[in-house]
Amino acid sequence: MATAEEVAKAAERRDIRDRWLLSAPALLIIFLAATGPLLIVLVYSFLTPGSYGDVKWQFSPEAWIAVFLERDIFDDTLSVAAAHVTIFLRSIKLAVVTTIATLALGFPTAYFMATRSEKTRDLWLFLITIPFWTNLLIRTFAVLQIIRNEGIINTILLKLGIISSPIQILYTDTAILIGMAYVYLPLMVLPIYASMEKLDFRLVEAGYDLYATRFKVLRKIIFPLVKPGVIAGSILVFIPALGAYVTPSVLGGGKNMMLSNLIELQFGQGRNWPLGSALSIAVMIIVMVALLAYVRNAGKSGVRHG
Amino acid sequence: MPDKPDRNAIEVVKVSKIFGSGEGQVAALDTVSVSIRENEFFTLLGPSGCGKTTLLRLIAGFDFPTAGEILLYGQDIAPLPPFKRPVNTVFQSYALFPHMTVAENIGFGLEMLGKPKAEIKARVDAMLKLVKMEALSARRTSQISGGQQQRVALARALAPQPKVLLLDEPLSALDYKLRKEMQIELKRLQHETGITFIFVTHDQEEALTMSDRIAVMSSGKILQVGSPRDIYDRPSERFVADFIGESNFLKAEVVGVSGGRATVKLSSGTEIPASLPEGLVPQGKVTIVVRPEHAQLSAANSGASLSGMVENIVYLGTDTHFHLRLADGEPFIVRRQNSRGTGDGIVQGGKVGILIGGDAAQVLKD
Repeated sequence: MATAEEVAKAAERRDIRDRWLLSAPALLIIFLAATGPLLIVLVYSFLTPGSYGDVKWQFSPEAWIAVFLERDIFDDTLSVAAAHVTIFLRSIKLAVVTTIATLALGFPTAYFMATRSEKTRDLWLFLITIPFWTNLLIRTFAVLQIIRNEGIINTILLKLGIISSPIQILYTDTAILIGMAYVYLPLMVLPIYASMEKLDFRLVEAGYDLYATRFKVLRKIIFPLVKPGVIAGSILVFIPALGAYVTPSVLGGGKNMMLSNLIELQFGQGRNWPLGSALSIAVMIIVMVALLAYVRNAGKSGVRHG
Repeated sequence: MPDKPDRNAIEVVKVSKIFGSGEGQVAALDTVSVSIRENEFFTLLGPSGCGKTTLLRLIAGFDFPTAGEILLYGQDIAPLPPFKRPVNTVFQSYALFPHMTVAENIGFGLEMLGKPKAEIKARVDAMLKLVKMEALSARRTSQISGGQQQRVALARALAPQPKVLLLDEPLSALDYKLRKEMQIELKRLQHETGITFIFVTHDQEEALTMSDRIAVMSSGKILQVGSPRDIYDRPSERFVADFIGESNFLKAEVVGVSGGRATVKLSSGTEIPASLPEGLVPQGKVTIVVRPEHAQLSAANSGASLSGMVENIVYLGTDTHFHLRLADGEPFIVRRQNSRGTGDGIVQGGKVGILIGGDAAQVLKD
C-alpha cells in the first residue's frame, strides 16, 4: 500500500510532466521563432564575413570593433566611426520625437475615448484599430499621397490662395515624423486607453471638489494614475520606431540613413553579415538599457496602482 | 444661541434637474426648495432614486440644475464649477487618491488652494489628530482599513475648512458596529468644527440618530422637513410614516377641526383627537397614523378606542409586539416595553381593547 504522501508525490510528478507536455508547442515556437534566430545573430556577429555575403566560421571581433570605431586603411589606427554614431543618434532622436508626438496626440485621444459612454467607446476602439487591417507599406504610401507636392494638402492650400507654390513636405524630416506619428499612434492610444478606462472618475470629481482646476486634476490625479499605460505605450512606440525601415525610407526619400537602413546595407550590398549582426545586437542593447532606465525612473515617482 | 438669528447656509430655490432628453428624460428633482441653517446637521433621507444624491451633487457642483437657484450665504453658486465652491464632499466610495499617502490626501485641498507649506503641514497634523489617525499619516490609502479610509476621507474634506460639508452615504460601506461608532464620531466632528453638514442616507435610524433636521424625499420631491421627533411623531404623509418606523394606518372621518387639531371618528364609532400637519384643513374621510408604541392595550373592552383580536404575540426581549386584527378586518400592531413579571392575561386568540391616547394620532395629507 502506498502511503498518502507517496500518492501525493506521484500526483505532483504527473502534474509537472503534464505541464511540460502542454506547454511544449508554445516553447517550441518561442525557440524556433525568437530565441533561436537571436542566438544565430549573436553567433554571426563574432564570425568573419564571407566574400559573397554569408559568414566564414572563423572567430573575429572585427565586427564589434566596427560598430563604433573605424580602422584607418593605411596605419590600422582606430578612430570613432563618425558615420555610425551620426546614424545611431539620428535614429534615437527620431524614436524619441515619435514617442513624444504620439504621446501628445494619443493621451487626449485615449481620454476622449474613455470618457464616452460604454457603447460609443467600442466604436472608437474599433476605429483606432482599423489601420492595423492594412499593410504598413500601403499606409505609408497613403501618407505620401497626402503630403506630396500635388497631394491634398498642397492642392487645397493652393486653391485657397494661402500659398503660391507647393510646400515641400515630402522627403523632409517633417514628412518622416508625420508618417511615424500616424503609423505608431494606435500603439500609444491603446495602452493608455486601457489604463484610462480603469480610472475611477470619482477621483477626478474628488479633485475638482478639493479646488483643483482642470489642469491640476490632469497633472496631479489623472496622469499619475494612468502612468502605467503611458509607460507601456511609450515602450511599444519607441522600440519599433528605433528600428523603423519602411516609413523613413519612403517618406524621407532615403536621403538620410537610419539604423535600419545601415543594418540592411550590411546584409545586402555591404556583404558584411557579422557587422550587420553586431549592429542589430547593439541596437537591442541600447533599447534594453533605455527601457531599464525609463521604467526605473518612472517607477521611482511611485505608482503602485493599476 | 437663541440671541443669534438663524442664518441660512444653503438655500435651494425651486431647483429642478432633468436627465436625458426627449422621451427618455427623467426628472431627478422636481422644483425642490429647502433652506439649510448654519451649523446644522441636516439629513436628506429617502429610498434610492429619490433624488437625494442628485441634490447633493448639485450643491457640490458636479451637476448643474436644469432650473432654479442654489444660494450659499445668499450668493448663487449654481453656475460655479466645483473647484470654485467653498464646499467639500465626503464620497460614498471615499474616492481617496491611491497614489498619495494619508497625509498627502488630507493636504491636497490646501495645496490646491495655494496655502504655504508650513500652514498645510500644521493643518494636516491637526486634522490627523481630529480623526485620530496620527500614526498612519505616511501610509498609502490602500494599506488602511475601510473605517480608517472613512476617517481620512472626512479629514480630507474638512481640512480646507469648507462652509458646508456634504456627505454622500459615507457610512454605508462600514459594518454595523463601525457604523454606530462613526455616527457618534460624525456628530462630535460636526460639533467641534461648527461646520454645516448635509448628510445623505437611506437609513432612517442613521437619520434619526444624527440629524438636527431631516428632509424626507421621494420621487424627486421633498415631502417633509423637520426635527427627527417631528418627522417620527408627526409624519405629514403616508410615505413618510411608512418609510420611517412602523405605523398603523386607520381610516377615519373628520367630525371637527379646531386650533390645529381635529376630532376624528374611527371605524368603531369612537371619536378621538388627532393632530394635523401644518396648513391642512381636512374634511370627510382621512387616514390617520398611530405608532405601535403610542397605543396601549387593555384586557377589558370598556373605554377602549378600538377592539381587536390577538393574532400573534412576538417577544423581542426589550419589547413585545402584539399583532392584532381589528373588528373591521384591518391589522394593528401594538408595541409594549417589557418589564419583569408581566402577566396581564393577554393571550393569543383573546379579545383586547386598544387605547389611543390624546396625542397619539396624526392625520395624514393623503
